[in-house]
Amino acid sequence: MKRHVLHPLWVAIGVVGLIFFARLLLVPDDFGVHGDSFTYNYHRLGNIEEWKDFPVKYQGTATCSECHNDNARTHRRSPHKRVQCENCHGPAGNHPDDVEYLPLNKERAMCLRCHADLGYPASTARSNLPAIVDRHHKRGRECVSCHNPHDPREDVE
Amino acid sequence: MSCSRRDFLKDAAGAAFVSSLPLSAFVVLTADEAKAAVANATVRWGYLVDTNKCTGCGMCVKACKNENEIPYDSPVTRTWVERYVVTKDGAIHIDSPDGGRDGFTSDKIRDEEIDPDSIAKAFFVPKLCNQCDNPACVQVCPVGATYKTEDGVVLIDREWCIGCGYCIMACPYGVRFFHPEHKVADKCNFCYHRITKGMMPACVESCAFGARRLANLRDPDDPVTKIITTERVAVLKDEYGTKPHVFYLGLDNSVR
Repeated sequence: MKRHVLHPLWVAIGVVGLIFFARLLLVPDDFGVHGDSFTYNYHRLGNIEEWKDFPVKYQGTATCSECHNDNARTHRRSPHKRVQCENCHGPAGNHPDDVEYLPLNKERAMCLRCHADLGYPASTARSNLPAIVDRHHKRGRECVSCHNPHDPREDVE
Repeated sequence: MSCSRRDFLKDAAGAAFVSSLPLSAFVVLTADEAKAAVANATVRWGYLVDTNKCTGCGMCVKACKNENEIPYDSPVTRTWVERYVVTKDGAIHIDSPDGGRDGFTSDKIRDEEIDPDSIAKAFFVPKLCNQCDNPACVQVCPVGATYKTEDGVVLIDREWCIGCGYCIMACPYGVRFFHPEHKVADKCNFCYHRITKGMMPACVESCAFGARRLANLRDPDDPVTKIITTERVAVLKDEYGTKPHVFYLGLDNSVR
């Protein structure tokens, strides 16, 4: 064959070889089809474990109750029992190991998330909760200065 | 027709590069991979949203952002709550300020005052990734950075994602966004790190009203699976054929 055909052919074959070699080095061993579908299951297997190792922050009311007995007991008997501790107290994370005190959100806006009267019909779940009109009821004051958030039926002494 | 030696070499190298790309996409299943394909069929995660119970407190959005390290004040979120107010004249008012992160404490919708007497119905609709059986977002990924696990959850490989954004455009539900810190695509994964440890997703855990629940659809005794299989549930945008696995109770026609 003529030189002007063979020469570029070798170059082309070399480039293809180079791409396969680069692929061998760059693509991790666990990359492949891990499932029944090439379209949906083509991935790096190790990534699943990486996601499983993501740190958990919200530990749940049961965990809080292990130490904070008094508040947990009051809370358990109150209409607020379905509200998780960490909704207001923030995620526990590794408390008390890392963080000794959790920042407590006492803002009025916190309570208004559920207890602001929006004037919706009774078919709206929100309308079945006790509610205030923000601009009419004790404007600007913190709700917790009068109402005990662990048991809202009790007043604060 | 003229063709210099230099041009010819350039074209030949280009053609070789292009033709080698599909070649590199062929992968033969090993015995272990084939086995993995049929094993682990005991879990398929699904999700149930009861819009009748949602009060729009937004605790789920707050918990999700904290749990999954989504920058709190960035306008991105893995889950959000939409408010729908339908007035008697048929108009539909929709809003979701900050994705409902701080709840809905004002009766104004987009600065618009709505007369309470004119309201026919009002409700809140939580949205999250549907963990589709035919995920459009996964199909379009050019690098294999997003994929479906054996238990049905669609994950994103942060090491492998190149941030091209195809998946963000492909998702019909708009659940994907660009993570401002990791510079990759991001979305809800049912708190994969929690559900694989036997815990509930942060949004489910923080919902005081039972509006959000997780189900293992392969377990016929799962109480939430029983609801999904025996009651009248709906999914979002069924016509796209993505087979979403977030089921809704009390879904209104006005929800998009």
